[in-house]
Amino acid sequence: MNTAPSIPGLWCHDMIGSVVFYLLAAATLTATLLCITRTSPVHAVIYLVHAFFDLALIFYLFGAPLVAAWEMIIYAGAIMVLFLFIIMMLELSPGGKPLTVDRRRWIPVLILSLVTLGCTVLLIIQDPSSAGSGTAYHASPRDFGTALFDHYALAVQVVSFQLLFAAVGAYYVGKGEPRKRGEQPS
Amino acid sequence: MIVPFAHVLIFAAILFTMGLGCVLARRNLIMILIGVEIMLNAAAVALVGGSAYWRQVDGQVFVVFLMAMTSAEVAISLAMVVYLRRRRGTLEADRFDGLRG
Repeated sequence: MNTAPSIPGLWCHDMIGSVVFYLLAAATLTATLLCITRTSPVHAVIYLVHAFFDLALIFYLFGAPLVAAWEMIIYAGAIMVLFLFIIMMLELSPGGKPLTVDRRRWIPVLILSLVTLGCTVLLIIQDPSSAGSGTAYHASPRDFGTALFDHYALAVQVVSFQLLFAAVGAYYVGKGEPRKRGEQPS
Repeated sequence: MIVPFAHVLIFAAILFTMGLGCVLARRNLIMILIGVEIMLNAAAVALVGGSAYWRQVDGQVFVVFLMAMTSAEVAISLAMVVYLRRRRGTLEADRFDGLRG
């Protein structure tokens, strides 16, 4: 493991780094809150892309540059664009009526979520081992690649099989039904 | 690690709760999937924060596995969305109330 904190320049100053973290956390939470309350799914996806950008910066601050890059490439670049593509293909928002947001539905959800969140935060605060902050950490791509393809080589194989199964399953589910039979789908 | 670990965990918890609320409150299938995405990202925040706190790279490796799992999940679930939209003409989860599918 890379023991020396090798994050260059600015981020060695803990003060600036922590201020940036809190700013990014606030921006992420705001974007996520806006995302889950939008009526148009396209707006929701765009806000979520913004939240993912902020999350990628947070990952970089925590010394995970590769994860930050992949957060951008895979989450914001691939998955969210796939969402947008599906929304546009199904013509969800512009033509039809906007999605219904029932105000009364949020009340029990808010109560349940706040209880869960309060208990979790209490447990986190109570734990004395989580109060420290340690020193700066920066995982070099070499450490990352060694851990990924050496210690977790079997898991990488399993994940590749999983992706293959997902591709086959998505093709099977997504392919159109044969129109010739003319039978009503049950 | 530049901030106390507890703050990172609280941030992840708030993010996770937002995703949970989105899954519980919204009834559109796309919005439910977006809520699942938010929850998975909250887990990723906790993993990367733990990786920085304990100075081990394993947390980041698991974030990569999480991303692969999310890709597979999104591929399957969006295919299901297209399939349901074709067969039922709607994406409101309350309309899918028959067990026959």
